[in-house]
Amino acid sequence: MSPEVAPALRRGWRLQWEPAQQRHVLLYPEGMVQLNESAGAILALVDGRRHEEDIVAELEAQFPGAAEIADDVAAFLAEAGRQGWLEVGP
Amino acid sequence: MSHAASPQAIDPPLWLLAELTYRCPLQCPYCSNPLDFARYRDELDTDAWIDVLRQARAMGAVQLGFSGGEPLVRRDLEVLVAEARRLGFYTNLITSGVGLDGTRIEALREAGLDHIQISLQAADDELAAAVAGSAKAHAAKLAMARAVKAAGYPMVLNVVLHRHNIDDTDRLIALCDELGADAVELASCQYYGWAKLNRAGLLPSRAQVERAEAVTQRWRERLAERGREMRLLFVVPDYFAERPKACMGGWGAIFLTVAPDGSVLPCHSARELPMAFPHVRDGSLEEIWYASEAFNRFRGDAWMPEPCGSCSERHQDHGGCRCQAFLLTGDPAAADPVCRKSPRRELIDRAVAEAAESAGDIAALVPRQARHSRTFWRG
Repeated sequence: MSPEVAPALRRGWRLQWEPAQQRHVLLYPEGMVQLNESAGAILALVDGRRHEEDIVAELEAQFPGAAEIADDVAAFLAEAGRQGWLEVGP
Repeated sequence: MSHAASPQAIDPPLWLLAELTYRCPLQCPYCSNPLDFARYRDELDTDAWIDVLRQARAMGAVQLGFSGGEPLVRRDLEVLVAEARRLGFYTNLITSGVGLDGTRIEALREAGLDHIQISLQAADDELAAAVAGSAKAHAAKLAMARAVKAAGYPMVLNVVLHRHNIDDTDRLIALCDELGADAVELASCQYYGWAKLNRAGLLPSRAQVERAEAVTQRWRERLAERGREMRLLFVVPDYFAERPKACMGGWGAIFLTVAPDGSVLPCHSARELPMAFPHVRDGSLEEIWYASEAFNRFRGDAWMPEPCGSCSERHQDHGGCRCQAFLLTGDPAAADPVCRKSPRRELIDRAVAEAAESAGDIAALVPRQARHSRTFWRG
């Protein structure tokens, strides 16, 4: 995904915290992705306004001392793009 | 015999299918509603549905399908959508598109509806009319599909495939692409309810299925080259599989269906089984899900006779589909005869052979109509 574009969830898709499952889920037509903690933390910051570097900065502030956050975010967003979870194009 | 599983082993439902009504303006001969749908004329009212929604959401259900019949015939659909969305459900409307118009699309959007799935019967007017029994429905569906996309919804288009339309797979996918679908379900007919009744005239040949699958694969490659995000899901009829499907992800594992009259079912076909199902009046959904005889009947593997009981794959497919086992063998606990290990697999092979022999005149199919439904029960 292009770093110039602030990533956004695909239109009509929704991220939600599910108390019954104790995790974030990504909801889409007739389906659901159950997210692990780091995926949930990254996607919770994907809002079409924050750029990738903003997401990294916020996570570094949330989890001081965590290693390789920038690499994790880049890899996750690339995978999320491949999976079709993110809006395509600007 | 005790069927009770330990409560810790039972996960909450994730899916609620709210079948709001069995009424429908179409009469597709493969309808998944029960053959005797016409006997269930009482429908839960708005307040009862809202209570169902609240209970299911509190248990953890998060995906919600409003289905039927045709859910648009319920004038309180917008009220139910609004409540469901407020509760945090992801709300899917599963519709024929007949009864939709611009005003309702807007009202549903204001209510917070997340997604609309429209079913198409065919790639052209003539076949669609022959299947659905309505000359005008196809054009109306296409107009509504465009309006749904224009309103900004994600849209899944669903086509039930059978021998009369499966050879049009290329045109069907092209039509869905042109309509702007986000995903297409090419769902081979499942032989329950009306489809089981009409099976000999609906089941495609293996060659037809293989051709359609190859066409779908070529489309996937072409869409990927164009960068077009339109998922294509091709569901092979399980009559051509070697192993049964993990039906509903397991009995009472993920899915909870509430039928129009308030019966609580593990899937929408289950009321064909020779057993009693609880009603929303009988107790809370939580009691029904965790503790009822019906929901515990086929949980786990203690109920499984051979060959399932000792099969290494029993936790993958859960013995297949209970409805299929019953409809074909008469025993709801039997191995799904789709399985090559089933001693009754010949029932499937014979059905495929019979279908290959049948003339295949579409006019010979029994349409899903109340007057035909009434022949399946005598009150």
